[in-house]
Amino acid sequence: MQFPILSVIVFTPILAGILILLFPADRKNEVRVTALAAAIVSLLLSAWVYFSYDMSMGGYQFLEKYTWLPQLGISFSVGVNGMNAPLVLLTGVVMFTGVLISWGLDDRPREFFAFLFILASGVFGVFVAQDLFMLFFFYEIAVFPMFLLISIWGWVKTREYAAMKLTLYLFIGSVVSLVGALAMYFNAGMNSFDMFDLAQANFSHEFQVFWFPFVFFGFAVLGGIFPFHNWSPDGHVAAPTAVSMFHAGVLMKLGAFAALRVGIILLPEGAMAWRWLIMGLATVNIVYGAFIAMVQTDFKYVIGFSSVSHMGLVMLGFSTLTQEGLMGAGIQMFSHGIMTALFFAVVGMVYDRAHTREISELGGFSKKMPWVAVAFIIGGLVSMGMPGLSGFVAEFPIFMGVWKVMPLVAIIAIISIVITASYIMKIIGKVFFGPMTEEFEHHIGDVTVLDKVALGVLCAIMITVGVYPSIMSPLVASGVQSILRLFGGA
Amino acid sequence: MVSNLLTLILFTPTLAALVLFFLPGNEKKLLRWAAFLGSLIPLGLSIALWFQFKVSQPGFQFEERYIWYEALNSSYHLGVDGLSLTMVLLTTLLTPLAVLASFSITDRVKPYMILFLLLETGMLGVFMALDLLLFFVFWEIGLIPMYFLINQWGSEKGEREITKTWKVPARTYASFKFLIYTMAGSLGLLLAIQMIGVASGTYDLTELFKLWPKIAELKNIPLGLPLETVKAIAFWAFVVAFALKVPVWPFHTWLPDAHTEAPTAGSMILAGVLLKLGAYGFLRLVLPLYPAEAQRYAGGLAFLATMAIICGAFAAYGQMDFKRLVAYSSVNHMGFVVLGIAAAAYAAGTQDAVIALNGAVLQMFNHGLSAAGMFFLVGVVYERAHTRDLADYGGLFPLIPVYGGILIFTSLASLGLPGLNGFISEFLVVRGSWPILTLPTALSMIGLLFTGAYILKAIKHVLHGPTNPTWIGHISEINSREIFVMVPLMVLILWIGVWPGWILNVINAAMNTMMKTMF
Repeated sequence: MQFPILSVIVFTPILAGILILLFPADRKNEVRVTALAAAIVSLLLSAWVYFSYDMSMGGYQFLEKYTWLPQLGISFSVGVNGMNAPLVLLTGVVMFTGVLISWGLDDRPREFFAFLFILASGVFGVFVAQDLFMLFFFYEIAVFPMFLLISIWGWVKTREYAAMKLTLYLFIGSVVSLVGALAMYFNAGMNSFDMFDLAQANFSHEFQVFWFPFVFFGFAVLGGIFPFHNWSPDGHVAAPTAVSMFHAGVLMKLGAFAALRVGIILLPEGAMAWRWLIMGLATVNIVYGAFIAMVQTDFKYVIGFSSVSHMGLVMLGFSTLTQEGLMGAGIQMFSHGIMTALFFAVVGMVYDRAHTREISELGGFSKKMPWVAVAFIIGGLVSMGMPGLSGFVAEFPIFMGVWKVMPLVAIIAIISIVITASYIMKIIGKVFFGPMTEEFEHHIGDVTVLDKVALGVLCAIMITVGVYPSIMSPLVASGVQSILRLFGGA
Repeated sequence: MVSNLLTLILFTPTLAALVLFFLPGNEKKLLRWAAFLGSLIPLGLSIALWFQFKVSQPGFQFEERYIWYEALNSSYHLGVDGLSLTMVLLTTLLTPLAVLASFSITDRVKPYMILFLLLETGMLGVFMALDLLLFFVFWEIGLIPMYFLINQWGSEKGEREITKTWKVPARTYASFKFLIYTMAGSLGLLLAIQMIGVASGTYDLTELFKLWPKIAELKNIPLGLPLETVKAIAFWAFVVAFALKVPVWPFHTWLPDAHTEAPTAGSMILAGVLLKLGAYGFLRLVLPLYPAEAQRYAGGLAFLATMAIICGAFAAYGQMDFKRLVAYSSVNHMGFVVLGIAAAAYAAGTQDAVIALNGAVLQMFNHGLSAAGMFFLVGVVYERAHTRDLADYGGLFPLIPVYGGILIFTSLASLGLPGLNGFISEFLVVRGSWPILTLPTALSMIGLLFTGAYILKAIKHVLHGPTNPTWIGHISEINSREIFVMVPLMVLILWIGVWPGWILNVINAAMNTMMKTMF
């Protein structure tokens, strides 16, 4: 039997989390080292999956299937294809860098890392699950620790409100999609939650059109689709740094990916019928999100709303249902994950030193922490879609896809690039190069080596994908092919 | 012949930037010389390229093609013809001079030099790219280093009043305006590129040149517009993006601000090379991709060019800030480039059109030399006097005679004195455009007259008149490093003025080929 690599990836974090909980509370360093070791294992394994995926063969690979509850047709079934392999790698990267930048966390690191790793297991699980029940199972595992992480370690002023808002929003979303999923299960009548089986179920057109919005929008709440996005900036802002990174970097992709995997792939005719609504909402996300980000005065809220704007691009790519659009959306999920993880890491580093996030009070940080300034600039360029970086590689095909189906939307949505450029440049100019106050001048030091490693890794990935897009595009394109076959194209 | 010479030229500056990144930040001397060396290598290589280039052979040479973005059918495709070759030579020549001119920078030398070298790669990439997507990649990349050069190393004085209560430092204002203007201008270009890519399924320029002008059908036209209209809109999207960069009146207003606030070397590159990117875009993309539209709208373009020539000259004459004066002179001079292009588009295929194009390309090269020189000379005197106000100078000639001589020489090149390079190219443009677009050409002569006026005004205020006593004993002569920056420029100015054949041969062959492939 082949090595069950995906199961190992899924269960490594949770096992490490449990192991960490067994440590005495005062052995903080051991906790950190264990956490880092587990993160490195996950990262290496996910990189292994990414690079050893055989593109010439295509389809789902590294498949594993164990019967779990045969009476209900539930099994533990996992596999990756071109669409989710980059997301698995993304999770590995964010987990690794998240541990690095949380090294200095001193308030109960044992519990923090344990919860964080349970969450990571859930995320890995959703990305690789090929069984609808398992997908929900892991989805809830991923959402719930967020509540604890935010309400315990979050920003004192809003953490309870934000944690509650976030959790309720996401639970409502998942309940709605669960209803849709159950409808699918019963309508198919195969006594199976396996998504490969469900894909063969030949749901009637009316059924698909009726249930698609339940499934899609239920998950899309977590993807931050307008008008269900407003949990996300609050949640991002209240969360501690590593959690924000996870949250915006990976968790929002979880919603988008699940919406694609369950909504669009299992109910393609429904997707065809509802695509215009999705496209419209995504356009609102992109443009409105960018404008709202521009007027924020809190550093972290700017980044929070920029995520709303960028996740709109993912949804926009989905709604085109074309080769280019879907491929762009796949790359955008990865690129945005890396970029926004970097953003939140930077915001955290600035906040830890300045104890304020009001942009008007910050200034001159490039002198004290040049690495952070450079990293933020690179991330900022990615977010404004600067060619040569991963953001462009993702956005360009999305817009091409939109041109194929609805040129007018491309023309409207592209405005967001200039808006993004203006708020990113404003922040760079003020926070990193503006005048520094007397108070900061004496108190602020540079970041640690571990922080620099984390930032360096994230920047290197964005540059690599941007300079050599073919490192990722054929893989995602192969995943898109299988989706397009459902629509009778390509 | 397979050769990687172009890649080598393109990425040597990036490599040098990487090397600089690992050098210690406080070793300023080491950093400066490393950057200088790093920019000399591409110069050497491009001179080698110049001599290996076969003038008589039409089409692109030294082509390289590798898979870049497979899924979009876009490749890393480089190649040069006579037009690109001239521009590559100009870029690789001006960058080391600009680096040398920046030796007086003492603040954060390392990031400064790194940005400069990255900027060189961005500019060279535009001139070499034979893939539309790759072209756009490099087109945008150049923006960012320039933004930071102006924003961080620009002149520290000056405030800009946005509203009565809200003031920002002038360099912040100028750099932001530069960035947003150019990015907004590129949006249309980006959209048009996407449309072309979707319609043609390829981004390769050699294929698009054959495919796109004759395209008969477009899928998914927004709002059900006729094909003609869509192509016309796409044409204007290209034109606006490039016109912003040239800049053509009325899109020029970012330029005086950016130039005035940029550090000296930044202005040199900005005027010397970045403005040429726009003109190059017209020649490389607009004319071959939209011959029919270009012909139809040539009159409009000629009008804008004439306005740029006349208004640029008047505006330059009205300035009392030395650097702003030179900045407006760029608007004036680049107007001739666009006039030549408009004339060629209108009468494509005729001998006059080829002459006008020759003039336009040579004017690009010449303006690169003289504008870089002028900005440098402004910087030299500013570094000593810390003022750019023409009224504050006066009678400097006896105090700094060598500087005065060099300034007069370079100004006269800019003025278009026969025997120096500016005359040749402006004459060619005028000679080529006169039979085609007589009225705009005739009107542009007003601009030419005022070119003389503002150049002489500058010389008069700086060098002549009663000596301002504040400067006696306080202003030093131009030093040998600075002379070394000027010498190559002056040699080329004189050389092209006296014997332009060596460069015109290369340009002429390329323009003839281009005209033939267009029709």
